[in-house]
Amino acid sequence: MKLEGIPREMIALRVSKEIKDGDYVNLGIGIPTLISNWTEGKDIILQAEIGMLKNGPLADGDMVNQDLINASCQPVMELPGTVYFDIVDSFTMIRGKRMDVVVMGAMQVNARGDYAGWANPERGLDIGNIGGSMDLCAGAKKLFLAMEHTTREGNAKIVNEITFPPTTAGKVNMIFTDLAVMEVTPKGLVLKEVAPGLTAADVQSVTEPKLIVSPDLKEIEF
Amino acid sequence: MNKVCEKMEEAIADVKDGATIAVAGFFACGVPRLLLRALIAKKVKNLTLTCGCGPLVGAADEMRQLVINKQVRKVIDSYGLFRSATKGRQDPFEQAVRKGEVELEVVPMGTLAERYRAAAAGVPAVFLPTGIGSVVEKAVVTNIIANRTPKETREFNGRKYVLEYALKPDFAFIHAFRGDTEGNLRYSKTARNFNPVMAAAAAVTIAEVENVVEPGQIDGDDVHTPGVYVKRLIQVPRISFAVTID
Repeated sequence: MKLEGIPREMIALRVSKEIKDGDYVNLGIGIPTLISNWTEGKDIILQAEIGMLKNGPLADGDMVNQDLINASCQPVMELPGTVYFDIVDSFTMIRGKRMDVVVMGAMQVNARGDYAGWANPERGLDIGNIGGSMDLCAGAKKLFLAMEHTTREGNAKIVNEITFPPTTAGKVNMIFTDLAVMEVTPKGLVLKEVAPGLTAADVQSVTEPKLIVSPDLKEIEF
Repeated sequence: MNKVCEKMEEAIADVKDGATIAVAGFFACGVPRLLLRALIAKKVKNLTLTCGCGPLVGAADEMRQLVINKQVRKVIDSYGLFRSATKGRQDPFEQAVRKGEVELEVVPMGTLAERYRAAAAGVPAVFLPTGIGSVVEKAVVTNIIANRTPKETREFNGRKYVLEYALKPDFAFIHAFRGDTEGNLRYSKTARNFNPVMAAAAAVTIAEVENVVEPGQIDGDDVHTPGVYVKRLIQVPRISFAVTID
């Protein structure tokens, strides 16, 4: 059964609350990109691995410059203090642990903080697009996943064992979904927040690993 | 020292069948499209195109023609396939990859950056943390099973790293916003991306330049790629393209 949770924009809003003033942040493709809609008023700087710090909002119409895109190939705008650099500098920052927060999407994640996101075997290929994902995982101070809790068919994406090709092992710190907020701990996944109207048992019913329910369990707070 | 070529044929005169060519650009941005069109016109075959992040997804029309003409033997990239599986199934490149007619080697983006940088700096290989915990630490990632060569790993200070080799192309195709006749180049905004490191890595670097100027017209403080890395350049018009991929 497919549970009713919060929309993608609200997952992004919830993640944004974990980003603190002074953080340098890199956002992956998908739900993570939506987080940039919720960062106004925060003193944070977004990095795009194409080679830009302090990337601005999406550009359209006359504002589009074909020489100015983000890492998802969307035209963006400059802000006062935007800087450009080449790809070697970009990945020196990333691998050199300058990113306080990295947020990625995922196809599968397990309770040990391993996740899969670069190749979907259902496409009929055992290779895919790695992009900058593995470098970002290797260098992130904090790695968050922002994802749908289940597949479109309602199957678990938070699984006991990853069956898709993994992106990284043991690096994920927190998981934000339409149904819940979970923290990866040495003892397992701690369920900290649930979507309005849901119980811990509801979330457990679509999650393979046994969840440790936090004594402070609450509704997802925006 | 004047490195400007008048004709495209002259700029790529020494590109022969079997060449390995670094193609700069990040999706649609900073891609040497007119040099790619010159490759199509020249009909050279058996090419290996080494990329950074999806310039052949960004320059989809040029790539489609190269594949239809059977000019490409192998692509190395971090992002070589369309994101949309539906679009991918209709793409001649992905079809050729599925059939094993063209090889696609997939490498993390930062690892590619470092492999070019190593080649540029005379370093034979580097140990990187990227890809530990994935197939990247175990073997070369490619659709051609026979080429899945095992990789070496080693621990430093309790952390595991994978050995990655320098990647030195025969040629680099570069796109610059401005360049002087001696080959000093300057890029525009995020169109810089892989251009500088590929220019430094390749044995022969060929730049298409939107604005060719005289020496001194780019301030020495503003040069991104010093002319020593550039063999030839050619003036090209600024062409418009769609900034979208899927």
